[in-house]
Amino acid sequence: MSNVTDATTGAGEPMPGDNGTRTAKTENGPVMAADGRPLKQTLRRTLRREKMRALLLIAPLLIFVVVTFIVPILSMLFRSVENDIVQNTMPETVQALRAWDEQGTEPPGDEVFVPLYFDLFKASEAKEHTKLGSRLNYEQPGLSSMFRGTGRDLDDMGEEFQDVFEEIDPAFETAAFWHELLSGAGGEALLKERRDLYEALTGEEMRGDVGFTPSTEMAEMLPWTTKAYTDFAIWTAIEEEDVVAEEEPWEAVYAALGQDLRSPDTVAAIEAYSGPWSTTLKAAAENRDQLPQDSFREMFVASDKDWGSLEAWRTISLYSPPVTAGYFLNSVDLTKTVDGIAARPETQQIYLTLFQRTLIMSLIITGSCILLGYPVAWLLANLPLRTANVLMILVLLPFWTSLLVRTSAWKVLLQQQGIINEILVWLGFVDDANRLILMNNATGTVIAMTHILLPFMILPLYSVMKTVPPSYLRAAKSLGATNWTAFWRVYFPQSVPGIGAGSILVFILSIGYYITPEIVGGTSGVFISNRIAYHISSSLNWGLAAALGSILLIVVLALYWCYDRIVGIDNVKLGG
Amino acid sequence: MKLTTTLLTSTALTVAAGVAAHAQEMANDMTFVSWGGAYQASQQNAYAEPYKEMHPEVSVVWDESSNEAVAKLRAMNEAGNITWDLVDVVAADAMRLCDEGLAMEIDHDEVLADAPDGTEASDDFGDLIVSDCFIPQIVYSTTFGYRTDMVPEGVEAPNDICDVWDTETYPGKRSLEKRPINNMEWALLCDGVAKDEVYDVLATDDGQQRALDKLGEIKDDVIWWSAGADTPQLLADGEVFMGSTYNGRLFSAIVEQDQPIAMMWDAQVFDLDGWIVPAGLPEDRLARVMDFLHFATDTQRLADQAAYISYGPARASSAPMVGKHAELGIDMAPHMPTDPNNAKNTFLYNYEFWADYRDDIDAKFQAWLAQ
Repeated sequence: MSNVTDATTGAGEPMPGDNGTRTAKTENGPVMAADGRPLKQTLRRTLRREKMRALLLIAPLLIFVVVTFIVPILSMLFRSVENDIVQNTMPETVQALRAWDEQGTEPPGDEVFVPLYFDLFKASEAKEHTKLGSRLNYEQPGLSSMFRGTGRDLDDMGEEFQDVFEEIDPAFETAAFWHELLSGAGGEALLKERRDLYEALTGEEMRGDVGFTPSTEMAEMLPWTTKAYTDFAIWTAIEEEDVVAEEEPWEAVYAALGQDLRSPDTVAAIEAYSGPWSTTLKAAAENRDQLPQDSFREMFVASDKDWGSLEAWRTISLYSPPVTAGYFLNSVDLTKTVDGIAARPETQQIYLTLFQRTLIMSLIITGSCILLGYPVAWLLANLPLRTANVLMILVLLPFWTSLLVRTSAWKVLLQQQGIINEILVWLGFVDDANRLILMNNATGTVIAMTHILLPFMILPLYSVMKTVPPSYLRAAKSLGATNWTAFWRVYFPQSVPGIGAGSILVFILSIGYYITPEIVGGTSGVFISNRIAYHISSSLNWGLAAALGSILLIVVLALYWCYDRIVGIDNVKLGG
Repeated sequence: MKLTTTLLTSTALTVAAGVAAHAQEMANDMTFVSWGGAYQASQQNAYAEPYKEMHPEVSVVWDESSNEAVAKLRAMNEAGNITWDLVDVVAADAMRLCDEGLAMEIDHDEVLADAPDGTEASDDFGDLIVSDCFIPQIVYSTTFGYRTDMVPEGVEAPNDICDVWDTETYPGKRSLEKRPINNMEWALLCDGVAKDEVYDVLATDDGQQRALDKLGEIKDDVIWWSAGADTPQLLADGEVFMGSTYNGRLFSAIVEQDQPIAMMWDAQVFDLDGWIVPAGLPEDRLARVMDFLHFATDTQRLADQAAYISYGPARASSAPMVGKHAELGIDMAPHMPTDPNNAKNTFLYNYEFWADYRDDIDAKFQAWLAQ
């Protein structure tokens, strides 16, 4: 607080004769500090400085928590709605698809397949198209191989055009022809637009000199060709670090010229054109009958017949917006259809069952922890210190043992040829042919998890019970209470905060458990966390995992809120 | 030098490999990812140790994360920090990594050694190169083992995949993997579907239901496993009569631990395991990895690995060189899944099919399990 002292006394010795004015001011306005500024302000500034210092002291921890905990959780949660991969991978297709009627009975035509070809060609050069396939495959099986397979055929589709063009005029084979024909002025906007699309596609920066600027004249006359060549130029110059003017273009550029020549306007424009390479272009336009006549749709369907299926296009269209509720719908056994939201087929409904099971079993586990933990905690709190310490070590011992070891130990105990069954058979309680099934079902999960989570119940209970003076019980009894009344009316109410704290700990921990259920739970004892783990590490459907995780988080927060309303969170004590 | 001339015409990728061969800038620390256990030990003995003898400056760290390699590589890629140099994955995962751009595409003939007779690597590995990113290493199979002492008296030991369903003749529990792959195929085979039609049937909703119904016949008798070590353990404890797992696990239970277990090879499902190189490695590390790969996937090294574990080497030229077990001195050939006596009736895992249908069928399978 040295600053405060400085501010009020140290700074600026009051000048003689100054006194009068100051007193006068004090009477009329705010209290002044020695330096003539309002005391309130000075104090606030000093306090602020103190606060900043405190903040700086905790900054390392704060930054650590934010960077390693909060940011990853938020970004994981954001994945549950994120879906921009469709738009980023095939931007122009998605745009064209907006005009298509999902409710209709016909898959889209070339107005969608033409942009699809160029989008996919670009994506397959950047090796992004299979990611999109995997994404869409979560919604409809088969789309993964459709994208992967067609990705391999894209070159061949373009080559069919290329071969014909090169036969018409060998100039088409030369890098110079394309570069000179399409270069020009005024195309900076187009160049920037294509560059931005690449950045969205790859997620990387595409800075640097391309060595090519499309000409506006060509962009009007040969729109597809100019776009395709610009894409080629950006990729060649920036990713492959080659000189654009020296490279023969992609197959897609030939396909683009073929597509342009299908438009009568373009053919007319070429006839009127008299710039460089006009003879070559005119030759191509005249011989355009020799070019492949198949529509792009026919070429795609020839590559994979699913491109012609209505269902595939409906899926693509439904999942084309950059934000989707699809993952959340999936995690509550619903699905998106063209007619709105519908229930998933019964054979695929699983998540609601698992959520329900997780909650119910967590409650059972919490309950059995209370039943087993309460007497133990009572003993610990009431035995002489030396005995209590030995017991305490027994409670803590499992805490120091690896979770996997404890769970595996339960396996040895619980299995049908295990120790418990052997003893029961030996004692004659159980028939050898009908040994108890204690594992690979819900029973196994409850037994093993109760044991593992028991210390989390005992410790808060113990610390609360320790603070209940034994004289209360004696007083109750001396006033005529029976043992039970004394316990129930006097002792128990004082231990409730311990039960509350223990229950919250056990319940929240058990809701997120997955290793123990995985090992001893079989099929009927697994939790929702097992599915989350599966989607994170096996199926790689992180969006669905994030949605399931978000729902779990919301459920826990809601339960916590209910608990606070009913019991009151102030009634929870973790320590004396 | 021949190598130098080929290098001049090769791609950027192989330039890096060539740099490796000419010992320029090479990192000396490598992190390998594998499955742990006996399998990782076999790789250590057959590949890593001999390589370290040749290059004493190199140190190798092993990470036992192969079963979640795809997820971890994806996370590393998003974080922009690839800490692994070489990752051992099953072929299906290699395809997924390749699809996602997380694994590097490999020109097998440039990167890998030729066979001793001069056959190019791509011919030597043949069809086993199922993905451009994948360098096959072993052929393993998922097959059944059973307790010899639990076969009822007077009954022939199980030798048919459908004996798994025959709980009357062979009482006792079965252990099956807690995922649809393989189980669905076996179920359809035993439901009378011809072998070459299995995947056509499985692609339809009715076929999937049919397989689940068939599995439903023994659902109450099944303990579902999720780790490869479970079945050998369950067999050793006498918890189950028969169960599926990887053949190498059963080999070590039978031969090395001398348990009363025998193999049932019928309808074993072949699968591949091999290396991938993560995409985006810095040049010096890539150079070292390529140098190691060239060494570790040659004919002799692949045959050496078979001395430690009963998995078939992926190179055709390695097969005749498979010898005896390194410690027990027994002949390894009869324990290989590819041995003609064992491979009378085999099934090949269909990668393309499962890449497409995995999520869909898995959802149905899990819902069915939860019922």
